Amino acid sequence: MAQPMLDHPTLPRVKAAFSDVRFLATEFRGQTTLVVPKDQLHQVLRFLRDDPECDYNFLSDVTGVDYLGYPAKQPGRFAVVYLLVSHARGRRLTVKTYLDPTIDTSGIDPDPALEVDSATDIWPGAEWREREVYDMFGIRFRNHPDLRRILTWKDYPAHPLRKDYPLRGRGERETYRIVERDQA
Amino acid sequence: MPYTLQPDEGYDLDIESTDYLKTHVDAPDRWVLNFGPQHPATHTTLRIILELDGERVVRATPHIGYLHSGFEKLGENHDYNQYVCTVSRMDYISPIVNDIAWHHACEILFDIDLTPRCKVVRTILAELGRLQNHLLCVGAAALDLGAFTGFIYGFNEREFIYDIMDYISGQRFHPDYTRVGGVMRDIPDDEVFRTMVRNFIDTRMPKTIKDLETLLNRNRIFIDRLQNVGVISHDDAIAWSLTGPLARASGVKRDLRKDEPYLCFKENWDGQGAEPVKFSVPIATDGDCLCRYLVRVEEMKQSMKIIDQLIDNIPKGPIDASPEGKVRLPAKGDVYGSIEATIQHFEIFMHNRGWDTPIGEAYGAIESPNGELGFYIVADGGRTPWRASTRPPSFIHFQALPKMLEGHMLADLVAVLGSLNIIAAELDR
Repeated sequence: MAQPMLDHPTLPRVKAAFSDVRFLATEFRGQTTLVVPKDQLHQVLRFLRDDPECDYNFLSDVTGVDYLGYPAKQPGRFAVVYLLVSHARGRRLTVKTYLDPTIDTSGIDPDPALEVDSATDIWPGAEWREREVYDMFGIRFRNHPDLRRILTWKDYPAHPLRKDYPLRGRGERETYRIVERDQA
Repeated sequence: MPYTLQPDEGYDLDIESTDYLKTHVDAPDRWVLNFGPQHPATHTTLRIILELDGERVVRATPHIGYLHSGFEKLGENHDYNQYVCTVSRMDYISPIVNDIAWHHACEILFDIDLTPRCKVVRTILAELGRLQNHLLCVGAAALDLGAFTGFIYGFNEREFIYDIMDYISGQRFHPDYTRVGGVMRDIPDDEVFRTMVRNFIDTRMPKTIKDLETLLNRNRIFIDRLQNVGVISHDDAIAWSLTGPLARASGVKRDLRKDEPYLCFKENWDGQGAEPVKFSVPIATDGDCLCRYLVRVEEMKQSMKIIDQLIDNIPKGPIDASPEGKVRLPAKGDVYGSIEATIQHFEIFMHNRGWDTPIGEAYGAIESPNGELGFYIVADGGRTPWRASTRPPSFIHFQALPKMLEGHMLADLVAVLGSLNIIAAELDR
């Protein structure tokens, strides 16, 4: 595979502004990804929006990835991905942070290691996308204004897009609770 | 009170508060109205819990997920061609656009350059999809305000787009027409296709748009119901990640066809120095529901202009990119005629065989009728994507609904909903 071309003009700016933080960067098909340690994620995102040279004023998307069993080595199991766009400069940048769980990932118990700071105070449009990442991967966002599950319901016993959750579910279709009219 | 907002404690930090809310917090006659999920004006299964002060909306809380069917989980278990049948069901009022968006992202991931013929066909179909979507959206916006005729004007024309989709793919509603590096099959006959599309954009559409504009543009009731309703400012539109006609109605000058060009919107798309397709991007500045209606109508005219430039000069030649590597299907004639193509065909179709995909991740987006429709694909070198994440424009637009709605009257809700054009299947996936 070709060597990644790390010539994205934002990378030196971020490096200079956060000289003590260890970043990783990669490039694939002309799209540059910046990997930020989870504790600095919020600061870096804020810098990327506010710095006049970077000027990423638009948050295109927030999504999560579970790398359990992924063939290439990754710096952690879960990733939260922010896709940023600068309207003025016509650039895109993918910002990614990796998280490793400390407890069993088959249930919905909160894991203090799976927490990052929410970007809703930087881009309010992140609100529902972060809720979806929480719903699907169980990654919690600190300081989120309304962190509830969004597509599944509160008591759904798993975070379904995790790779250890089977495609056909764990029998939820057969073992659901039946509510009779007089008990409702 | 039959409904309690769940959970109550989540609402202390309210970033959607309007000024009205601040001054009327202790109003005595607040009541809660459950809107949807089954209600004609919600179009599909949307549910909004409205806290009302008399007839004024104090707080709106959308609850979604009624149509959630795990598309993205399915995407991890379907191969890159199969999944097109699922994405097609997302924004089902213009399914072809989803197909094109999904395979646009795939082709970025696989680094495939399409043939000029394929680019032209896909561009024409994408613009037909835009017409299909806007015709319904504009018509339904009128329907929600009581103008049933407008809805019929728009809906009737969609039938002719169905006929075109039927002709090229064999399916009226969900063509599932694209494949990695090409399309399912070539257009049966260019001349018939040209005549159908020509008939549609030259005789049907101008009349329809004229009818719609005559009925609505100077209609006092329509304007009164839409003007200054659901306003969102330029800066808010960017902060809330709005795209498409919604953002452009608020004065955001952004259209992926111009800003991140793809297909025939790109410079030199045919490799022989072809100019990008000429069209203008309509912008309105007020950011209210009326502007969204006007932007959509203008976009339809621009789409017709784009089709008009392309339909007479569909390049000859192969429609599929050449099948290098185990990604692209070989032509059906070759499968029956040569052993190499037969092997390649089986390599792609047999479940225990491999796809020659890279290990990497890429994001590709196109300007769908509703806004930026993108897919973030993580590939693991196998036949299925590792992760196929969608950026659904409806989902992102719907979260701004409370911001647009709060402080307005209950009757304005349907006007705002109609102007957002939320497609629940795309919202919930």
